[in-house]
Amino acid sequence: MAGWRRHAWLLVALAAALALPKIAAIAGQDFYVSFASRVLIWALLASSLNLLVGMGGMVSLGHAAFFGAGAYVVAILSVEAPGGSSALLVWPLAVAVNALLAFLIGAICLRTRGVYFIMITLAFAQMFFYIFTSLTPYGGDDGLSLARRLTLPGLDMAGDATFYYVVLAIFAACLFALGRLKASRFGRVLAGIKDNEARMESLGYATFRFKLVAYTVAGALAGLAGALMANQNGFVSPNMMSWDQSGIALVMVILGGLGSLWGGFAGATAFLVLEEVLSGFSAHWQIVLGLVLLGVVFYAPLGIAGLFARKPR
Amino acid sequence: MTWLLFLEQCLNGLQFGLMLFLLAAGLTLIFGIMDLINLAHGSLYMVGAYLVASISQATGSFTLAIVLGVAATAAIGMALEVAVLRGLYRRDHLSQVLATFALIIIINETTRVIWGVQPLPLNVPGALSGSVRLFPGIDYPAFRLVIIAVGLAVALSLYFLVARTRLGMLVRAGASNREMAMVMGTDIRWLFTAVFGVGAGLCALAGAMLGPLLAVQVGMGENILILAFVTVVIGGIGSIRGAFVGALLIGIVDTFGRAFIPTGLRAVLSPSVADVAGPSLASISIYLLMVGVLFWKPQGLFPARG
Repeated sequence: MAGWRRHAWLLVALAAALALPKIAAIAGQDFYVSFASRVLIWALLASSLNLLVGMGGMVSLGHAAFFGAGAYVVAILSVEAPGGSSALLVWPLAVAVNALLAFLIGAICLRTRGVYFIMITLAFAQMFFYIFTSLTPYGGDDGLSLARRLTLPGLDMAGDATFYYVVLAIFAACLFALGRLKASRFGRVLAGIKDNEARMESLGYATFRFKLVAYTVAGALAGLAGALMANQNGFVSPNMMSWDQSGIALVMVILGGLGSLWGGFAGATAFLVLEEVLSGFSAHWQIVLGLVLLGVVFYAPLGIAGLFARKPR
Repeated sequence: MTWLLFLEQCLNGLQFGLMLFLLAAGLTLIFGIMDLINLAHGSLYMVGAYLVASISQATGSFTLAIVLGVAATAAIGMALEVAVLRGLYRRDHLSQVLATFALIIIINETTRVIWGVQPLPLNVPGALSGSVRLFPGIDYPAFRLVIIAVGLAVALSLYFLVARTRLGMLVRAGASNREMAMVMGTDIRWLFTAVFGVGAGLCALAGAMLGPLLAVQVGMGENILILAFVTVVIGGIGSIRGAFVGALLIGIVDTFGRAFIPTGLRAVLSPSVADVAGPSLASISIYLLMVGVLFWKPQGLFPARG
């Protein structure tokens, strides 16, 4: 895509995103503001998974573990330290905790490859799920409700529109950072590892370290998404880290476009909009959703990004 | 009395492990031979349980229900292979995960459409509802003994099928080197469909046996699917022997973990800590086992590929 056209698209998208709460208010459909926040949070989760799967070729079926862990950092802090409710403190903490978790778990998981990697990441997510299920002091199976959203100086976070703008800013910053990462030397090495790890190794790259860094960054971003989701819903539960959540995140990545910078966003938007539209038609909308996903696998394996890339020149 | 409890838990672990083996046997072959990650394997288990439950309701015969249910599920499995899964063998693991994840969604919702959201009753047949006195002091439910017997019988027949028949030879050849088996003239397409049918039939059998103990409901497949995957990975993908050892290992570890870890911890830790740590440690014990096995042997205990 030519440079100016790309920037024009970005400006249009940004303008639409900024105007969304105003349009929703005029139309009297405030529901769509919180829906848009949800889309952006899922988009952040899917983009972090896309860093692993699309850029690094590491197929994880346990990414929701970090999503849930990030949410629980917010929830547990709200129980243990009800006074300290500044997002400037809690969100970086959620990122740090998840970076550490992802570093440790990644160091073990990355010893394996291919199918074994898929299964060992799934096993860790299951462990998280069961540990939080039996963590009765923090709600156990039933989950935990938050009294209120975290605060940011000068902003009224209780308002859905304000919260939406905060999420939008965070998502935009993360996507920008991911774009820079993808274009950097690190991103090129990662792409090389995805393509042919043995070759990269014989070229002298410590592939394990590159993969571990990618896994750590992806885990930290997923934790940030989880922390945002806890604030969005005002509720956390072990279901956030159940394996079908990991599966849905993976579905979003493939739906949007593997390895494409906007893939996570496109996939999250397509999936959640599809869910919203279909569930309005029939109680058994999931059959249609499943058929659409099957159709994607067989007829559009490159996802939504692939549809745009195939333009004739 | 503790050794009686110990013996009873051994039988429970054996029973659970054998049922897990029924699921893992098909899964490991599909995994090993077709190189297919089939997340929808648990859905066949669910479909089998639903079929057996409704046939047994309609006819009143549990045995007839098992025969018909297993045959029908095997047919459904083969139809699924021909219609959808065959197109996935040459695809990467990611596409397989997505496609079979989609199948889970479709099959779950279709099950809800056909049978509704309420769990289906599947009762232990009257003749087996009592218990048997194994030793003085141990009364063990007769139906669970039948499960153990069926599990052992199936394991033996599978061993015979794989180790002593022509079909088994082809299966072993396919698992250890698929390309070479094809080059040597094996009709792989037919073999794949047959293996899929057997795997689906075993799923239905496990569903029929576990249905009366657990609940016949939507979602039952996913819980056990993950355990079956853990089994396959611990045993080594493509290895029937590995699946057998892995299944028994998981059956015993899980059963013993749930029976003894919470009480054991209470003796060591303070009650408030033990009440939280006990159940969580018990429920993650098998995953810890899996991580441990993969840490030391990244290809599982019995790697099938030479």
